[in-house]
Amino acid sequence: MKILLIDDSKTMRNIQKSVLAQLGYTVIEEACDGQDALSKVGAFQPDLILVDWNMPNMDGLAFVKAFRAGNKTTPLIMVTTESEKSRVIEAIKAGVNNYVIKPFTPDLLSQRIGETMSKVNKAAA
Amino acid sequence: MDAAFITPFITSVQNVFSTMMQMPVTINTPTIKQSSPTATYDVSGIIGMSGDVAGNVVLSFPSASAQRIVQLLTGTEVSVDSPDFADAVGELTNMVAGGAKGLFQGKKKVLISTPSVIIGPSHTVTRPRGVPVICIPCSTDCGDLMIEVAILERTAVVASPEEINEKAA
Repeated sequence: MKILLIDDSKTMRNIQKSVLAQLGYTVIEEACDGQDALSKVGAFQPDLILVDWNMPNMDGLAFVKAFRAGNKTTPLIMVTTESEKSRVIEAIKAGVNNYVIKPFTPDLLSQRIGETMSKVNKAAA
Repeated sequence: MDAAFITPFITSVQNVFSTMMQMPVTINTPTIKQSSPTATYDVSGIIGMSGDVAGNVVLSFPSASAQRIVQLLTGTEVSVDSPDFADAVGELTNMVAGGAKGLFQGKKKVLISTPSVIIGPSHTVTRPRGVPVICIPCSTDCGDLMIEVAILERTAVVASPEEINEKAA
């Protein structure tokens, strides 16, 4: 499975990569903001995208809206410090499939990825 | 001293350190310093806050504490002059400030900036004029840090000349 990580912090991308490696996911592309991600999704064709919200140039919400305009199916998980209910609803309306609030434990991120992929696979079956 | 702006940061810093590094944080007695631009220690992670509040929050670390905390967070030793060091301090500050803003009372609409990091002895941080700085001293097994909160509710902010002109137009 190919995973695209979008976060302006290399530290956070490395933490997420370490969790993904423990789950056996090693085909990973990284992007440092929404614009960078949009330039990479076409060639990389990810099966799952983890996206931060607050980033320079193009934030995560703007990325989700732009990405969803052309792709309705690839699952997106927002991984962010934005914890207010209104923000979660805003992200879901824009098209994210699941939501992880930072800080997170490896188990929580793993659980959210499992839930998301399970739903997507059921829908595709 | 407004507890509404202290408690969320205490809860958040303890949550971030325990979740990401399995390390408890002891909170010592908060104090106030009057609009001082000088950060307490040598390494500052800074997040601006806007919307229903205005100002910023600083996580200020002695270099040695910051190095140990960054090593614990990233799992590798990172030198202070590496870009990865500033990145890790920025992300830590982002998680603490982001967690705190979700805990503000009264459903405040608050936006946070992306973090910036300043490293060097006796550096200064621009803070809103006339706003006292709430200093929350924290102790961890990796050393001390200080949370410096200089924010106020937007309704209490005196309008800038630009805002007055906009309203008059």
